Amino acid sequence: MTKVVVLLDFWLSPFGMRVRVALAEKGVEYEYREEDLGNKSQLLLQMNPVHKKIPVLIHNGKPICESLVIVQYIDETWKNKAPLLPSDPYQRAEARFWGDYIDKQIYSCGRRLWTTKGEEQEAAKKELIECFKVLEEHLGDRTYFGGDNLGFVDVALIPFYSWFYAFETCGNFKMEEWCPKIVSWAKTCMQRESVSKSLVDPLKVCHDFVLPRRKTLGLD
Amino acid sequence: MAEEEVKLHGAWGSPFSKRVEFALKLKGIHYHYIEEEVLTKNKSPELLKYNPVHKKIPVLLHKGRPIAESQVILEYIDETWKGYPILPQEPYERATARFWARFIDEKCWPSVWSSFSEGKKEEAIENLKLLEKELEGKKFFGGEKIGFVDIVANFIAYWVPLIEEATGKQLLGEEFPALCRWKDEYVSSAVIKEHLPSRDKLVAHFRARFPSN
Repeated sequence: MTKVVVLLDFWLSPFGMRVRVALAEKGVEYEYREEDLGNKSQLLLQMNPVHKKIPVLIHNGKPICESLVIVQYIDETWKNKAPLLPSDPYQRAEARFWGDYIDKQIYSCGRRLWTTKGEEQEAAKKELIECFKVLEEHLGDRTYFGGDNLGFVDVALIPFYSWFYAFETCGNFKMEEWCPKIVSWAKTCMQRESVSKSLVDPLKVCHDFVLPRRKTLGLD
Repeated sequence: MAEEEVKLHGAWGSPFSKRVEFALKLKGIHYHYIEEEVLTKNKSPELLKYNPVHKKIPVLLHKGRPIAESQVILEYIDETWKGYPILPQEPYERATARFWARFIDEKCWPSVWSSFSEGKKEEAIENLKLLEKELEGKKFFGGEKIGFVDIVANFIAYWVPLIEEATGKQLLGEEFPALCRWKDEYVSSAVIKEHLPSRDKLVAHFRARFPSN
């Protein structure tokens, strides 16, 4: 390990993308290592023995796990540039609350949407849209959830934009029709290099991963 | 009035609610407590207004502004009031504390609950073994003093032994010497012991809640 900062990741993981965006915002150089989740490396198993999952950030040989824990660590360690959490404790609490909401709701609803069919899928789609509507209301008229700049909640949510096309294709709907502000917010985020270089092509997520996986699961 | 500046909507028997109370007490903060009837699902209009997303306790109100989710509240308390430090100062230690707190809420809590309600012990034992390893050689998860992870793990220290008593099922056996020692230290420590919920009330509640052998 020659680089001081190493990221163990998987290309389409929204959790991994959060860390990539945070590191890019801070201008931190790091070594990216793609994990084969079907054949996890010794390093991953050693660095995250509790969950055996990506992302894992390794800084000076020490591992940090769980994406939002990693993002806060990055924010506190490289604190002289691009603050992700605000300085006011109440605003920090708000940001953590919404980060927690995104963690609890978006991933699991999205996963149910693309791994099921029929009524179960329809229910997951409705729930996912509902969650995005709640977030849309919270965003209000702001450019970013972080206000004038990209913040913690933006970093927590924007990776799911890579998955919108897959959700739309599986669920036969358009995010723009239900949550236009969220789509517009995502496009604003994508104008930042830290985001556009960290997120993966939504078409690849859908065509190279989700649809083939659905076929394997016998859903299509 | 200073007391009215801080309000807590909680529930007497909830470990999540008690986490917030422990933190406020450790910091020496005076607060006004409002009991919510969570068991009868008769939630107050204030609770629904202050936590419209989850509609759950605990909710802390400071200068009229609500904060929800117990771990978020704990960090808010730590950042707002100086004095007793709940989280460590150093970023890597903070990340470690947050990691274990998440593990406790996302993995330990549901698996421990399932072990009593459905009799599935394996996952709970595995999770507790990981906590046991993390605790080895330390008085508290926070080191010499109670910290963030200890407060979050409160249900293991006090609630789990009472569920064991109520159901006759043991979870924290001999294979957990560090956790067993830790829980006794925790519940007998100065601030915590004065603010634990009633033993008898909780045992009675758990007798009704869980199927017996």
